[in-house]
Amino acid sequence: MSHTVDVEGDLVTRVEGHGSIVVNVAEGDVETCEWHVVESPRYFESMLVGRSFREAHHVTSRICAICSVSHTIASLQATEAAMGVAVSEQDRRLRKLALYGETLQSHVLHLGYLALPDLVGEKSVLPLADTHPDELETVIDLHRLGNELTEVVTGRSVHAQRLLAGGFSQLPEESKLEELLDRLLNSWDAVAELADLLAVLADELPDFERETEYISLTHPEEYAFAEGSIYSSDVGEIPVSDYRDVANEYVVDHSTAKFARHERDSYMVGALARFNNNAEQLAPRATEIADRFGLAAPVHNPYLNNVAQLVEVAHLLAESVRLIEALLADGLAPQSDYRVPEIDPTAGSGIGAIEVPRGVLFHEYDYDEAGKVTAANCVIPTNQNHGNIQRDMETLVPTIVDRDAEEIEHTLEMLVRAYDPCISCSTHYLDVEFVGEER
Amino acid sequence: MSDASAPSVSDGRRPRVAFFDFTGCEGDQLQVINLEDRLLDLVEVVEVVSFREAMTEHGDDYEIAFVEGGVATAHDERRLTRIRENADIVVALGSCAAFAGINALRNDQEFETVKERVYGEDSDSITSYPIARPIDDVIEVDYEIPGCPIDREEFVGAVTALVNGAEPSIPNYPVCVECKFEENTCAFERGETCLGPITRGGCSATCVSAGTHCWGCRGMVDDPNEGAYTDVLEDHGLTTEEIIEEYQLYWNWQRDSRAVADGGNR
Repeated sequence: MSHTVDVEGDLVTRVEGHGSIVVNVAEGDVETCEWHVVESPRYFESMLVGRSFREAHHVTSRICAICSVSHTIASLQATEAAMGVAVSEQDRRLRKLALYGETLQSHVLHLGYLALPDLVGEKSVLPLADTHPDELETVIDLHRLGNELTEVVTGRSVHAQRLLAGGFSQLPEESKLEELLDRLLNSWDAVAELADLLAVLADELPDFERETEYISLTHPEEYAFAEGSIYSSDVGEIPVSDYRDVANEYVVDHSTAKFARHERDSYMVGALARFNNNAEQLAPRATEIADRFGLAAPVHNPYLNNVAQLVEVAHLLAESVRLIEALLADGLAPQSDYRVPEIDPTAGSGIGAIEVPRGVLFHEYDYDEAGKVTAANCVIPTNQNHGNIQRDMETLVPTIVDRDAEEIEHTLEMLVRAYDPCISCSTHYLDVEFVGEER
Repeated sequence: MSDASAPSVSDGRRPRVAFFDFTGCEGDQLQVINLEDRLLDLVEVVEVVSFREAMTEHGDDYEIAFVEGGVATAHDERRLTRIRENADIVVALGSCAAFAGINALRNDQEFETVKERVYGEDSDSITSYPIARPIDDVIEVDYEIPGCPIDREEFVGAVTALVNGAEPSIPNYPVCVECKFEENTCAFERGETCLGPITRGGCSATCVSAGTHCWGCRGMVDDPNEGAYTDVLEDHGLTTEEIIEEYQLYWNWQRDSRAVADGGNR
């Protein structure tokens, strides 16, 4: 059978940011197969130049709303590394809690609002209010719980306050942490319900495998999110100071987004990469979910990133419980409600490296002796995944060319969404020529 | 502010609403999603025909357009012009759309340097505008909901007003008014500086309440007394350079436009 399929450049919906897929199949041959990124540059790395170490995190939190806590913490780590600032154990725990809250809300948003409609054959989450009201309520409750975790710790969920170089401006009330603990402990039914729903629908996920290099952080004592060194499934552990050798950004002819490569043409970051590299350190409740879905590292089907996110939802809830229990057991060391951690600015460079919802994130700043940024580099997860999305498409499309255009388009859109790309993080995007319908 | 109107609830039909994102972090749309179950109440009173961050469907038939993010490219400008043609009411959602917000932080920097810092040897292929602009520099805007991000309650209030055929009410008093209601200790009393005295209120002084200070994210109030405020900052020991840095963070576009209106005098 030969026919012509032309899937051209409509913006992929239900992703954060703007991307489009261009596939042209003529007479059964794949002529074009490209993942384009459409985002206007914002130039954050330049915006930071000249700004004080007291506000670098405030500026970079605006790179992306969904990951604002993540960018804030990576930024603070970079500043603290540059100036040799220590952070207390209590404040490190609280930062982790804020990061877990954000990752939880981001994963639930992706699974429940952005990916689930694909699996139940709806075009958005809104019709689920009629077709799956109970499940939608569960999704909303979990999403709210993630946001409230972040809010209790940082004062608000989008563009968090309270997080400062050297510590917190203000601490959460212990009574609020106790309330959260109760809600977290009562959230397991909701997780089970979400797992049930995805289990029923897991058959809808395309059966496609392509092995690649998986890169994440790793930590000897825990499933790495907030700290650790770099780990590659190809070559093992790599110090954070070598991050530029890992995320080699390069320009390709067909797309104007920068791609990244390390040992191979492309690599993958995100929940599935973390799972592949660190699955043994998951909380037991998270492992139970992985087992139920037959998810055993290494997993080479990118569509299963959705399932890895669900596994991480369980892990994040369990770890948040553990963190709050530890914080309450030790009691919060009192401090001012308007603390400004004392820091004597020094000239130097520092790197921040953390796992954020979509994968590993690096911030690196150079400071002068007055504590002003002289150079900045931010490497975001979505950029690191572009090359892998492209390679997946090149492998996948020839195997599905005999299907009708609509199905090819749907399968590819689901692929892109599985990576949960967050293209608002436009630190490194080049402009792109726009094809197809604009909106 | 505007004589534009859309069908209101009293006409017995839900107004059709569309959300669009331009150059920004999408935090304002996220605040809409963060309404959680109240988002379902919202779609009882409006029909959402486009919301790319959350739905696949898209329609060009809408009365109210909420536009997030600023203008950075010619493509942005063409898209905005079409949205203006389609919509009866255009609402700027968030500070980047309303007055370029933090995007304008780079507007004082030399554009070739800006590009080179971010894209290095590939900077020649960058085709964005040399400065970041708000949407009202390109199209007529009926209402603005400022904030970085927007305040959820203020958004709900604005939608409620619009569907009832009324105008959204956005405060024109400074953050200090709400900060006092929140019983915060004034940043100046703590030996810090704060942009609250001339920043538009409506946020319940959220940042001061979280133990920091106002960064100015909602933009300046109408007719701020910048001169007097600059004196205050000088009295608190800030150098001219430091004061400019404070004003640059969110207000670069607003201050430049005012300078143009004043014949070039700041």
